[in-house]
Amino acid sequence: MKFDTPATTNPIDQLKVVGKPTNRIDGPLKTTGTAPYAYERHDVAANQAYGYVVGSAIAKGRIASMNLKVAEAAPGVLAIVTAANAGKLGKGDFNTAKLLGGPAVDHYHQAIALVVAESFEQARAAAALVRVEYERGKGNFDLAKSLDGAIKPAPSFGTEADSAVGNFAGAFAGAPVQVDARYFTPDHAHAMMEPHASIAAWEGDKLTLWTSNQMIAWSVGDMAKTLGIPKENVRLDSPYVGGGFGGKLFIRADAVLAALGAKAAKRPVKVALPRAFMFNNTPHRPATIQRIRLGATAEGKITAIGHESWSGDLPGGGPETAVGQTRLLYAGENRMTAMRLAVLDLPEGNAMRAPGEAPGLMALEIAVDELAEKLGMDPVALRILNDTQVDPEKPKRRFSQRQLNKCLQIGADKFGWAKRSAKPAQVRDGRWLVGMGVAAAFRNNINGPSAARVRLDKSGVVTVETDMTDIGTGTYTIIAQTAAEMMGLQLDKVVVKLGDSAFPVSAGSGGQWGANSSTAGVFAACVKLREAVAQKLGMNPADAAFADGKVRSGGRSAALGEAAADGEIVAEDKMEYGDLEKAYQQSTFGAHYVEVAVDAMTGEIRIRRMLAVCAAGRILNPKAARSQVIGAMTMGAGAALMEELAVDKRFGFFVNHDLAGYEVPVHADIPHQEVIFLDETDPTTSPMKAKGVGELGICGVAAAVANAVYNATGVRVRNYPITLDKLLGQLPDIA
Amino acid sequence: MKSFTYERVATPAAATAAFARAPGARFIAGGTNLLDLMKLEIETPAHLIDVSRLSLDKIEKTGDGGLRIGAMVRNTDLASDARVRKDYGLLSRALVAGASGQLRNKATTAGNLLQRTRCPYFYDTNQPCNKRRPGSGCAAIGGFNRIHAVVGASEACIATHPSDMAVAMRALDAVVETVDAAGKARAIPLATFYRAPGTTPHLETVLAPGELITAVTLPKPVGGTHIYHKVRDRASYAFALISVGAIVQKDGSGRVALGGVGYQPWRVEAAEAELPRGAKAAADGLLAGAKTTHENAYKLPLVERTLAGVLAEARG
Repeated sequence: MKFDTPATTNPIDQLKVVGKPTNRIDGPLKTTGTAPYAYERHDVAANQAYGYVVGSAIAKGRIASMNLKVAEAAPGVLAIVTAANAGKLGKGDFNTAKLLGGPAVDHYHQAIALVVAESFEQARAAAALVRVEYERGKGNFDLAKSLDGAIKPAPSFGTEADSAVGNFAGAFAGAPVQVDARYFTPDHAHAMMEPHASIAAWEGDKLTLWTSNQMIAWSVGDMAKTLGIPKENVRLDSPYVGGGFGGKLFIRADAVLAALGAKAAKRPVKVALPRAFMFNNTPHRPATIQRIRLGATAEGKITAIGHESWSGDLPGGGPETAVGQTRLLYAGENRMTAMRLAVLDLPEGNAMRAPGEAPGLMALEIAVDELAEKLGMDPVALRILNDTQVDPEKPKRRFSQRQLNKCLQIGADKFGWAKRSAKPAQVRDGRWLVGMGVAAAFRNNINGPSAARVRLDKSGVVTVETDMTDIGTGTYTIIAQTAAEMMGLQLDKVVVKLGDSAFPVSAGSGGQWGANSSTAGVFAACVKLREAVAQKLGMNPADAAFADGKVRSGGRSAALGEAAADGEIVAEDKMEYGDLEKAYQQSTFGAHYVEVAVDAMTGEIRIRRMLAVCAAGRILNPKAARSQVIGAMTMGAGAALMEELAVDKRFGFFVNHDLAGYEVPVHADIPHQEVIFLDETDPTTSPMKAKGVGELGICGVAAAVANAVYNATGVRVRNYPITLDKLLGQLPDIA
Repeated sequence: MKSFTYERVATPAAATAAFARAPGARFIAGGTNLLDLMKLEIETPAHLIDVSRLSLDKIEKTGDGGLRIGAMVRNTDLASDARVRKDYGLLSRALVAGASGQLRNKATTAGNLLQRTRCPYFYDTNQPCNKRRPGSGCAAIGGFNRIHAVVGASEACIATHPSDMAVAMRALDAVVETVDAAGKARAIPLATFYRAPGTTPHLETVLAPGELITAVTLPKPVGGTHIYHKVRDRASYAFALISVGAIVQKDGSGRVALGGVGYQPWRVEAAEAELPRGAKAAADGLLAGAKTTHENAYKLPLVERTLAGVLAEARG
């Protein structure tokens, strides 16, 4: 099915199942510990052996020698895989550094060997016996010192490095009110609960990989390319994913090494990355240094917007696209953005929840707060004044829907924004300094082609099969809701099977494109199934009504299952997209409101309240969507207050490589959270009229926290995370 | 993890005798720290002696009106003991500020005293660390050292001791009771229990090889207002950037011990005389001779300000 004109009324609009707050259909499996995650799939292949990864002890250089003798002789060892004995390996399109390094070493903890043994403990013990001599090379690990050598990168996912409209320099210079500041965001880790893990088994030249992965088709392709085998010989299965956040968009060392280990040991091999490897072996969100210049009239109209961002990556890598949203968020006739990329020999940078948008808005939305203060304006009013209903770089292109102002207004009302003191450091609650902050949330909508197969059996049960993944987002449930709505069923008559590359290729999970795209694919398949059912029952497909488990047409009624009485009916289709995405700027919007308290003595920051108001098209399952947004708000709170991969600039690695050192918020950090969704549909996105929310939720959160800290204390911190040491020197004198 | 042998003993004498048979063995109780270190091969004992079933799990009154806390008393039980909560509130508060409920259920009194530093370079066996591999150097000096020591450190090591419990015990004048392989008992004031890193940061306490902690005693209660303020980057489940454990009397006199600033809970009795004059005077004395890095210099004003907050809170 091709979606190339805005949607009109369709069966989804009945909203009997879609749009209802619905418990996850996979919830009981999760809460009882019976959902099989990759490393726990003991039943899929007999005689599984264990692989343990050896990571490079240096960041840059060469392996001079590797002595495997002692390790090979250790108890239980079956095989050791290294670059020297693995045969010729390719590199996946989505990988920057090789997943099995050696003799050249590209980054710290790059995998350089896999030890396979009868037990996990034996593999781990033997891995420690692999003796490696290195020749250390000189690496570049300091972004701040690499700005001069940074280059203009090639377009990334269609995004140009630079943009310019009007005369930025002249307009900024002439603006009566200016902000010109630099902002720093650190490297972030996905820090998902489930580490990367895979079980590999070969049958002849065919590989099956039970793994934890967000993008099945991409990863089939990259596995095939890495191993130098046809794609048809690779099957991936990833029905449950214990968190991804972008860290599992691509195959990683666990997948490739499990396959190589299984080949070497001639039996199935399972590999999980140890927690310590999750920070330096896998990708991360790169640090940025950003300069933002805003010029405005005395009345608050923005006349000049300039946003430059520097980030680093390994050779062949890409930039953190932190300026992308600045091209679209606020009006202003004179604009410039630029991204520059430095070569760094730190571990590979790549996508993490709202890549580009999250760090970009961490900076931009502080800058807007600073502008509001200079103007003596309320920051909500300033944002509303500078709203735009068109793409500011291409004014003929409208937003398909843009209710940012409404989000800001509703949020201000619900949050009690009017009680905020415009002057900072005015509100005391005992020892606490109290303040409020606001920021806009803004993330684009992306659609991807997505296919699904639906099967109807004689009992009236519809089974959906697609290689779509559920990374904790609620995909199982929204797909079941979609099929139930289309076929006139209750949820319990729908079975959803996901994550298997044997199923039709979906959009996958990433970039908040999964929910709308994958359900649109199911919609398309269900349209075909409805036609097939009607024909089978001798009804006119054009007027057959599907409701209550029955099909009705021309005064006749039949149970849905009757159509499959003499055999299953199978339908498959793929939703593809025309150019509505080009004709309209499709985006999601929100407003984050945060109240913080700062201990006037110690500088400890405690979030007291958070509110997000989101406009993101039709909300397919308000319960799951709320979970997505409060999870993203929590992640944003982490980015604001504690998350930072600490770079050792001498040795070139992230030092705090465990969950004690890389702190993410715990329950005690997260106070009352509230989420409001505007009642909205966007007919330009798909027949579902939906968009994503999973990444919208994190956009702007950290800036709202930062602005609240400023409001509470009068201390403006532009260098995340906002830890107490950055406040101490400017807090009130102690008595 | 390296292969090891394991035995469980029933009495302190059996424990020390087992050590005599297997020098280099480690005692294990709750195992909340040692097992992690073994998995990472930071500790590689060939033999473990499980002392967790020794009947050292009682909290008893001492003859002079204090408390004797058995070495195997779990942190949870110690924190919730009615006598501790009534008379040694500082200890109870420090305990519940540490770790998580699950860990406190396993962790023991003796094990808590003997837990090892959380310096990230100590935990990464690829990096030099004089505490882990004597003579290899200290990667924290010149590296990421925001959480590291500002007092008592050396050119060889700037690690801190991570315990909250020990900070309270130091302020409470705790004494560590031990028995050695020959069956000889001794009492070591906590004030002299930890060794400064000097050139031998791998030697962390004055315990002799095989010497077993049997109890910690607290003198009779001293009254006053007990406050433990632990400062960290997140609200829970994190080690202290710094902590202040204080007992403040009505006349403004009192005691203060600090966590997160040195290789041991940090208390300077002479500085306590300055307490009635306020936080600055006392903090200056506590932190005299402090040596900071670019990344941990904030600890000095943080101690002073946290102490000021604690004193204000004590005044009500």
